[in-house]
Amino acid sequence: MSVTALWWAVIVSGIYHGVNPGMGWPLAVSAALMERKTSALPGALFALAGGHFLAMTAILLPFSMMAALVMWEAEIRIGAGLIVIALGVYLLINRRHPRFLARVPPSRLALWSFLAAMAHGAGLMLVPIYLGLCAPETLDAGHRAASDLMTANIWTAFWVAAVHTAAMTLAGGALAAGMYFWLGLKFLSRTWFNLDVVWALSLIVVGGIGIFTAGH
Amino acid sequence: MNLRPDPTFHATAKLAMQAPVETLAFTLMLSPDGSQPDGLAVVDVDPKSDTYGQIVHSLFMPNKGDEFHHFGWNACSSALSPLTGHAFLERRYLIIPGIRSSRIYVIDVKEPLKAKIHKIIEPEELFEKTGYSRPHTIHCGPEGIYVSTLGGGGEDGTDGPPGIFIMDCETFEILGRYEMDRGIQDKHYDFWWNLPRDYMVSSEWGLPPQFENGIVPEDLLSNKYGHTIHFWDLRGRKVTKSIDLGANHQMALEIRPAHDPVKEYGFCGVVVDTSNLQGAIFTWWRDEDGEWQAKKTITIDPVPADADDLPELLKGFGACPPLVTDIDLSLDDRFLYVACWGLGEMHQYDVSDPMNPKLAGKVEIGGIVKKTPHPNGKDFGYGPQMVEISRDGKRVYWTNSLYSTWDDQFYPGDRGAAMVMADVGENGGLTLNKDFWVDFPEGYRSHQIRLEGGDCSTDSFCYPSV
Repeated sequence: MSVTALWWAVIVSGIYHGVNPGMGWPLAVSAALMERKTSALPGALFALAGGHFLAMTAILLPFSMMAALVMWEAEIRIGAGLIVIALGVYLLINRRHPRFLARVPPSRLALWSFLAAMAHGAGLMLVPIYLGLCAPETLDAGHRAASDLMTANIWTAFWVAAVHTAAMTLAGGALAAGMYFWLGLKFLSRTWFNLDVVWALSLIVVGGIGIFTAGH
Repeated sequence: MNLRPDPTFHATAKLAMQAPVETLAFTLMLSPDGSQPDGLAVVDVDPKSDTYGQIVHSLFMPNKGDEFHHFGWNACSSALSPLTGHAFLERRYLIIPGIRSSRIYVIDVKEPLKAKIHKIIEPEELFEKTGYSRPHTIHCGPEGIYVSTLGGGGEDGTDGPPGIFIMDCETFEILGRYEMDRGIQDKHYDFWWNLPRDYMVSSEWGLPPQFENGIVPEDLLSNKYGHTIHFWDLRGRKVTKSIDLGANHQMALEIRPAHDPVKEYGFCGVVVDTSNLQGAIFTWWRDEDGEWQAKKTITIDPVPADADDLPELLKGFGACPPLVTDIDLSLDDRFLYVACWGLGEMHQYDVSDPMNPKLAGKVEIGGIVKKTPHPNGKDFGYGPQMVEISRDGKRVYWTNSLYSTWDDQFYPGDRGAAMVMADVGENGGLTLNKDFWVDFPEGYRSHQIRLEGGDCSTDSFCYPSV
């Protein structure tokens, strides 16, 4: 896969996470209405984005270390793909939502967003794409020091998390603003679709692509 | 699991008011002496139907002596908050606790006319998993279904304080106790909350020995029933403040928060003030400093009566107390309905200004002394009791039984079950509908009513009504 296609995958996955009400954008509408001030809307989106970004980096950074082990590149990518597929299969079988998320107070949106992203494997979904982006760096790895490589991979991890989170926040923010300013709350129950199965299948597909491209 | 949110879930109370009106009601039937099994009546409330005002289906339980009282749904509009993680639950099951047996029934009403038992939780399981007994109020909350109880452990329910336990909202497994720090709370009755603001309010009736065999006059006169309301950090599961309404304010029962979560106030009904026999409503609110406050905002006076017209229990007082046994708030937070079970009156207060309620309408029916008949000429036994308001606020339904043993003390003899309805005027005012009268099977009494698709005491809304 080309680098451009991979970056588009980062953006598209961000939009995909962002439009899902389960990832939190209705909470931004709620915040603005509850506090009776429009500025609370971007404030809440910012908190949600912060939590999501942290969850992405928490997952990607360990892989950035591993990606520096050049000689194991294919094995790491296959292993990561298998983990992502396994989570997808698990979420397909176990449709129950984690109860601990309901213990987070509504005032702590960033924490909630972090935990929700972790619990649903939002970060893992990015791993195969991320490892694909790291791969071109390894082609001339023989000529570069491992520390250089790791630094480059860490920066890539941050960029992937940032671009993904920005896409997510813009998509969710657009829906939140649309509902807040024009469409009204009726829009919420009409446009909320159960994505549980689609989500689990996406994990399996992304993991599968990761494994498939690892060998090529 | 649905692919879309249940159409009866609404983001705001205002949207719920605009939803299609109810065509069916579910009413609990109890056998006061336990000689017959308790049941669930499905009542046709569609005025265009040929069977309007009739029980179109009844489901009787396989046990006797449960004493049905309050009940609730497995899921409500609270599912529309991303924080709950359960947007795709169906409003499909009624959770019906037996207040006397501590048995809990889960009834599948997906097809209301074929309502069937989905699951029975035996009392032993409740005792073992929670140490609580006498389950009562049901609400759908952050971690599942919350159920309040009136008794602790042991034979008479006094081994440890009563409290709230949580049930899984999909499997109906009992998960365990809710409380982490209950403070001074040692009795329980009702509870409700404001989900986005993350607080809960709970109230107190009395311990099982104080109600199961009838009201205990000595306990009442020495102010031993509950008179404190508790404010909780909902997700932190701890009491942040307890407000004593004053020991003379005996039996602080129904908690009715404003439905719009922007508003941080609500109401609590007090059955009787032992210093003057008045009934009372307290308004509770959070002040600018974030402190909880409560103030008496409605009083209803007793009516002098001849001892000959009064039951044994009241003869010495020479007056009939109002006995405020249930209250309910319309979804627009405008009208508070107050059942005066002793007087035989249903009051409607305009609570647009919650600190200054104004009487806006009143209906007289039944009553210890007055015994006002229904406009259709039939006798209405007991007094107006469990009240439920339609989502659009235009119709108010109520039944007439309080609690088997208490019915017999205040209204000796069997007076029959009833369910009636009153129409609400455009700007308040309340008129009994003479065409609506439900006949119940012989030997039963009627208790709480739930309306198809949710009503004014089931759904918790997570978004403001703007």
